[in-house]
Amino acid sequence: MNKVLIIGEHDGKTLNPATAKCVTCAASIPDSEITVAVLGSDTAAVATQAAAISGVKTVLRVDRAENQHPLAAIFAPQIVALAADYTHVFGPSTSFGKDLMPRVAALLGVAQVSDLMAVVGAFQFRRPIYAGNAIVTVAADASRKLVATVRVASYEAAATGGSGSVESKTLNVTLPSHTRYVGAKSGSTDRPDLQTAAKVVSGGRALGSADNFKILYSLADKMGAAVGASRAAVDAGYAPNEMQVGQTGKIISPEIYIAFGISGAIQHLTGIKDARTIVAINKDAEAPIFEVADVGLVADLFQVVPELEKLIG
Amino acid sequence: MQKLMVCIKRVVDYNVRVRVKPDGTGVMLDGVKMSVNPFDEIALEEALRIKERVGNIEVVAVSIGVADTQQQLRTALAMGADRAILVQTDTAVEPLTAAQTFLALAKKENPDLIFLGKQAIDDDANQTGQMLAALWERPQATYASKVEINGDKVTVTREVDAGLETIEVDLPAVISVDLRLNEPRYVKLPDIMKAKKKPLDVTSMDALGVSVTQFLKTVKTEPPAQRQKGVFVKDVAELVDVLKKKGLI
Repeated sequence: MNKVLIIGEHDGKTLNPATAKCVTCAASIPDSEITVAVLGSDTAAVATQAAAISGVKTVLRVDRAENQHPLAAIFAPQIVALAADYTHVFGPSTSFGKDLMPRVAALLGVAQVSDLMAVVGAFQFRRPIYAGNAIVTVAADASRKLVATVRVASYEAAATGGSGSVESKTLNVTLPSHTRYVGAKSGSTDRPDLQTAAKVVSGGRALGSADNFKILYSLADKMGAAVGASRAAVDAGYAPNEMQVGQTGKIISPEIYIAFGISGAIQHLTGIKDARTIVAINKDAEAPIFEVADVGLVADLFQVVPELEKLIG
Repeated sequence: MQKLMVCIKRVVDYNVRVRVKPDGTGVMLDGVKMSVNPFDEIALEEALRIKERVGNIEVVAVSIGVADTQQQLRTALAMGADRAILVQTDTAVEPLTAAQTFLALAKKENPDLIFLGKQAIDDDANQTGQMLAALWERPQATYASKVEINGDKVTVTREVDAGLETIEVDLPAVISVDLRLNEPRYVKLPDIMKAKKKPLDVTSMDALGVSVTQFLKTVKTEPPAQRQKGVFVKDVAELVDVLKKKGLI
């Protein structure tokens, strides 16, 4: 039997949908039994949510004052203590999982498979390299624990309706004091979360200024969409980095992605390839974005955006 | 603060469009332009700026790779690193082995901070910094977009999915850098000449007592699935029509 331990991501109140996507991935491992661990200062609510994910057998709660904020240096030794009984330890390929899981792998003395996008066998997986220009199939040693981050854009969230059991764990692990949480500043927006949104509108350098990005925010609000940006737009200061989509930003898989004035560098395309439908609006008919777009429109975005907003109203 | 170590990786240049070999054994690398991993350039730039601000700090650039990796270390020296160390090997090393190698160097060099890029643009693994910090039993501050040193502590602003997070870590520590931390300087010709005289030591994993473990075997390499060719619409009205038919708006 393959016993998979998934490290749940949450903010203390809500379980991040990335966790249910990890469950879908873990469920595709032959003969698997799935446990979700939630670490926090009070994980009662998120543990209940994790137990309701279909396919989850057990939820382990690790409540400790030091776990209030997800610091890799604090979490990793506790996960190592939990991992003893498992063959696989998975986390999401979000900034939380990417920060944490390699530290866990190193403490366990094993390798990590990053951005696992498909399960070929219990110890054989597919993952992208070179910004998604190539896909490798890697085989890991079945006699060792396997640590991986799951490429969340490759998986749908597992349904709810499960009834896993919840268990509280007390771990006798000494935690380091060398790392301290100071604070966080979020992009404070009422729009859907970019990583999990069903609809995304996105802008490139052609927007020309941070001020001009406002027309996308307005369209997005009308559509109930999240707003993304190309790296070029982020680098130019038109949009904050948490909006960046691509190899070095977020990898997303919305139902619809509408790209305005994005030329379509390979590094950007790698972030949107899993979108169900890609719509591209660009003045330049030769822009590489049109090679991946399902629907293309060669036009000036500054005319298209207001017209589109009016027509979908 | 006395010493900063910067780990750099030789990778296929950012502008090269990498293609998969027809026989599926890897990607085509013959004659392809190689460069310093762009994130590692940002890491080095940050170390150099700290040196320029604080003064009297040595910046050591280190790398693991084939003999030609000396070219990338020379670039690092031309940018302003004081000396360089190449751990020469012809085998591709996995992140854990890279971390073990950098750990061996860290134990010899005792840097106050180790900087490196958040990921290399070839394997996109995003692991080495975190693994190095774990093995070194020191703090990690990944995806840094701002680094402030206050005595024996560093305050680091991190790029996370939700926005920005700030943490404080004790020195020594490992910092992996994100894109917006800084803009690396251009190397000028006189600096390239000067860099030729700077020390570049070549060592091996054997000499450092690091054994290479291959945990992962690459079974095959394939090109990504292609998306089906799309359609062009002539105006916004037709676009809205198409999207409505698909039930998307």
